[in-house]
Amino acid sequence: METDTITAISTPIGEGAIAIVRLSGPEAISITEQIYKGKSLREADSHTIHYGKILDPQTQEVAEEVMVTLMRGPKTFTREDVVEINCHGGMVSVNRVLEIILSKGARLAEPGEFTKRAFLNGRIDLSQAEAVMDLIRAKTDKAMSVALKQMDGRLSGLIQTLRQNLLETVAHVEVNIDYPEYDDVEEMSKEVMREKTKEVHREIENLLEVAKQGKILREGLATAIIGRPNVGKSSLMNALVQENKAIVTEIPGTTRDIIEEYVNVRGVPLRLVDTAGIRETEDIVEKIGVERSRKVLKESDLILFVLNHNEELSEEDEKLFEAIQGLEYIVIINKTDLEQKLDLEKVSELSEGNPIVTTSLLEEAGIDKLEQAIAETFFSGEIDTGDLTYVSNIRHIQLLKQAKEALEESMQGLDMEMPLDIVQIDVTRTWEFLGEIIGDTASDSLIDQLFSQFCLGK
Amino acid sequence: MTYDAGHYDVIVIGAGHAGVEAGLASARMGAKTLMLTLNLDMIAFMPCNPSIGGPAKGIVVREIDALGGAMAKVIDKTHIQMRMLNTGKGPAVQALRAQADKPLYIKEMKNIIENEENLTIRQGMVNELIVEDGVCKGVITESKAAYSAETVIITTGTFMRGKVLMGDLEYESGPNNQRVSVKLSEHLEDLGFELTRFKTGTPPRVNSHTIDYSKTEIQPGDEKPQSFSYETTEYITDQIPCWLTYTNEFTHEIINENLSLSAMYSGMKRGTGPRYCPSIEDKIVRFNDKPRHQIFLEPEGRDTEEVYVQGLSTSLPESIQHDMVRSVEGLENAEIMRAGYAIEYDAVVPTQLWPTLETKRIAGLYTAGQINGTSGYEEAAAQGIMAGINAAAKVLGKDPVILDRSQAYIGVLIDDLVTKGTNEPYRLLTSRAEYRLLLRHDNADLRLSETANELGLITDARYQTFVEKKRLVEEEKKRLNKLIIKPSEAINQVMEEAGATPLKEAVKAYDLLKRPELSYEILENMIEPNPDLSNEMKEQVGIQIKYEGYIKKAYEQVSRMLKMEDKKIPDDIDYDAIGGIATEAKEKLKKVRPLSVGQASRISGVNPADVSILLVYIEQGNIARVAN
Ligand SMILES: Cc1cc2nc3c(=O)[nH]c(=O)nc-3n(C[C@H](O)[C@H](O)[C@H](O)COP(=O)(O)OP(=O)(O)OC[C@H]3O[C@@H](n4cnc5c(N)ncnc54)[C@H](O)[C@@H]3O)c2cc1C
Ligand SMILES: Nc1nc2c(ncn2[C@@H]2O[C@H](COP(=O)(O)OP(=O)(O)OP(=O)(O)O)[C@@H](O)[C@H]2O)c(=O)[nH]1
Ligand SMILES: [Mg+2]
Repeated sequence: METDTITAISTPIGEGAIAIVRLSGPEAISITEQIYKGKSLREADSHTIHYGKILDPQTQEVAEEVMVTLMRGPKTFTREDVVEINCHGGMVSVNRVLEIILSKGARLAEPGEFTKRAFLNGRIDLSQAEAVMDLIRAKTDKAMSVALKQMDGRLSGLIQTLRQNLLETVAHVEVNIDYPEYDDVEEMSKEVMREKTKEVHREIENLLEVAKQGKILREGLATAIIGRPNVGKSSLMNALVQENKAIVTEIPGTTRDIIEEYVNVRGVPLRLVDTAGIRETEDIVEKIGVERSRKVLKESDLILFVLNHNEELSEEDEKLFEAIQGLEYIVIINKTDLEQKLDLEKVSELSEGNPIVTTSLLEEAGIDKLEQAIAETFFSGEIDTGDLTYVSNIRHIQLLKQAKEALEESMQGLDMEMPLDIVQIDVTRTWEFLGEIIGDTASDSLIDQLFSQFCLGK
Repeated sequence: MTYDAGHYDVIVIGAGHAGVEAGLASARMGAKTLMLTLNLDMIAFMPCNPSIGGPAKGIVVREIDALGGAMAKVIDKTHIQMRMLNTGKGPAVQALRAQADKPLYIKEMKNIIENEENLTIRQGMVNELIVEDGVCKGVITESKAAYSAETVIITTGTFMRGKVLMGDLEYESGPNNQRVSVKLSEHLEDLGFELTRFKTGTPPRVNSHTIDYSKTEIQPGDEKPQSFSYETTEYITDQIPCWLTYTNEFTHEIINENLSLSAMYSGMKRGTGPRYCPSIEDKIVRFNDKPRHQIFLEPEGRDTEEVYVQGLSTSLPESIQHDMVRSVEGLENAEIMRAGYAIEYDAVVPTQLWPTLETKRIAGLYTAGQINGTSGYEEAAAQGIMAGINAAAKVLGKDPVILDRSQAYIGVLIDDLVTKGTNEPYRLLTSRAEYRLLLRHDNADLRLSETANELGLITDARYQTFVEKKRLVEEEKKRLNKLIIKPSEAINQVMEEAGATPLKEAVKAYDLLKRPELSYEILENMIEPNPDLSNEMKEQVGIQIKYEGYIKKAYEQVSRMLKMEDKKIPDDIDYDAIGGIATEAKEKLKKVRPLSVGQASRISGVNPADVSILLVYIEQGNIARVAN
């Protein structure tokens, strides 16, 4: 039996109103109990459902109203104690609940780990090993590709800088240890160490702050809907979200603010951004020029470019084509229920082989094809949904938090006047946690650093 | 035609630092052991610096001693000075280093070998192995002696197709103009072993009479008597100092001007040298902003005038070496006695070994020491003792002995070698050990005495002393945990003298010891002293209590690691039959053939998902095997 408790979101993201956070392991019940207000779970019978509230451990505010399913081992999927928390409030609140659980000592499950445990604990027949192995592989690969897509260049750049900073510090301590007599390497002082740890600590805190606002650690592929006014951008967004959040009107330029919406299209998590109407699009392109607007658009992972079937291709449309050249986009020719005025050949030519989908959002036609195109663009085909996308974000946050804690322990060590070679143990851990975020866990870098930074030898 | 020269349980080829420990361990375990070496006057010869120990390495010497090895005892008897390094740092990184009397070291080691029961030593050059059906059955020497054996250990160091380089001078040779070992190297290649080419170098030696020591700084040994071996009771008191001087801009100019004449810089493709032992040429090129580099002048012994010029390792032509040496302050009139040189040699790619140091390709054949791609006397000795233990264990029908990474630096060294391989001569560094807080100088006996005792490597008396030490330490810890210290004038005076804030409330002696300002010695002034404790035990109590939190954390990591070490992988598992493992990981796994899931997880290129899949595959029990 494993000794730690794992957790993950175990429902497809973005789909439906309910999402489940699952815990499995010896602490599953006690961890839930700590953050849950409702009937005592410790005394409750196995396989029962309870209504209650999840509290934010810091503020004691209600984070989410939930239904909790309690299942004691061994009659569970993993043969361990299992708790499932059903949340209603969509992904933001599910993520919140997951984060709270993680903060109480559960560990984020690796891809396929629930199944792996079920297997290792004898719940799944030995003959199913093959299937379990395939599942681990598939889930890992998908998590990796999603994580890669989600890894913001700025984030990985920042993390690399922080790691290098720590690495140099650690290498310095190491050199003092392994080459104590080399006088051209000055002794690392506690003051310098304190400064360094503080500096990195501050940066990590900033990152976590930013992550909270969802600016860097995104929760989906940024998808921009662009197009001239009144082509049907908001309608498209609504169709995808299937609820009327953005306001649909007949007056051009209704959408003033950028509206964001999280949806899950066949397993691809999207953060849809309905750009403001044409005037601003036009402004963007004209005021700041194609190059700069491209830059803005480049921050999107996917662009949905809407054209009007009922209107001729305008100069603005062509400018937009120019602006998105080389980026990942799908052309949507909307309003096919109306008379064709658009030069389809020209559109096809301008699209450089990117997918073109025709829709009539009014008649709800073509949305299926569009969803298919979106899925294909990102995963070259159908993918099934998984808990992975959000997890990989939460994973980042979780690792950042662990890095921060390790760093705090090193600072405590300094306060307790521990020798630097001991303080350094926690600094190295920090460095390793940060490395996991960007998938760099090679331990040889320290030794490389040692010999490139210092002149050592006989 | 060969002649039958007899049968042995274990044959050790080579009597360098690896060879002697291998032979001694094997003989002590009760295996009839033969050592063959090129020159009986060069047993455990030090071809480079006259020094043993230092960070990480010094701890290895302690570990070798805890396992009953010879290195510690011999250096304790033959050093010219000893120093404890890193005394200002934490207990995990303190380490002893001794300057050796080289000729005396050889004499002393030879004496030990000659007087070991079960051990025969003979001069001879081994040219090939006797291999039948993939099993090593003995060796054949150039003088046509055929020795049969159950197991064979190769410890031939830098002798394999060795080539000495100095400027444009280049000749086949072992270190210090000893005979080179060519046939054996070729033979290994014929047997299918993958060899790699490494290099290392050594600085010139100068005559002490020609050094102006007044222009250098003295580097004395510690006054406090110290020893590597837990059994040493007699200490050398008349120590000899080393001396410190520096290179300068003239030195650098000479080197820069003649760089193209250096064997290693002449543009020829050469074996890989270690980054941590750069030649002076390397240092000048790579760190050209440094105005000077340290030079330590180290006597090679008491009865010789040769002085080792540490810091000037070089493969420049002899003529340039004269100028270079004489540009250094204090060495203006120095006479070189032996010039520095680089040496290039064959090494066995160590991922071809099991963690027992037995080769995967040929059963009963072990390799240890520099031949496995390491560098350093201590690294060699560490592998030697483990290969000796395992080769003998195999003959005697005992379980193999593999030290894990939390048990010893020796475990770290061997695990790194066989799991990750190395692309430069491998040297131990404290940073290679992830549990270095557990791998301390002070607790080598606590870590390894049980193993040594089980294997019969240490005497009963020694083991009993150890058991008693352990018991007393534990009892003292218990006593301190019960002992309450109440604030009083006397107590607070001790506290203040130590620079600690006075006591306000009663506190356990145990907890008081955790205060940064307090050591066991200071605490002793506040409590009833314990007359049974030696200084060594007091130190142990102090460390264990003071760093308790960190030590506990390390043990938690260790227990997680060990769980994965316990998941064994059959050595003939067929990785091709496992779906799901990524191709790169599969290739690596097939090459390294890890013995546990833990070892598998340390192979670079094997990712957590691959490890998970492997775990599931092994757990289901129906494991495909490769046909032999
Ligand atoms: C020039 C030079 C510079 C070095 N510099 C450093 C340094 O700066 N720092 C450092 O840590 N280490 C250095 N070393 C390495 C250090 O000397 C070795 O790591 C250590 O001695 C290796 O021990 P060993 O037992 O593996 O091999 P060795 O000590 O080389 O012993 C090999 C033994 O094998 C015997 N032998 C060889 N071939 C045969 C055969 N065919 N049949 C029978 N016997 C055979 C030899 O006689 C010898 O006894 C240097 C070595 C050299 C040569
Ligand atoms: N006939 C027809 N009308 C459509 C279709 N799609 C959208 N419309 C209508 O077109 C009008 C504009 O739609 P919106 O979705 O608000 O367009 P928009 O691009 O968001 O417009 P701005 O935000 O003002 O730039 C609305 O009256 C929609 O009902 C379609 O496929 N066919
Ligand atoms: Mg709109």
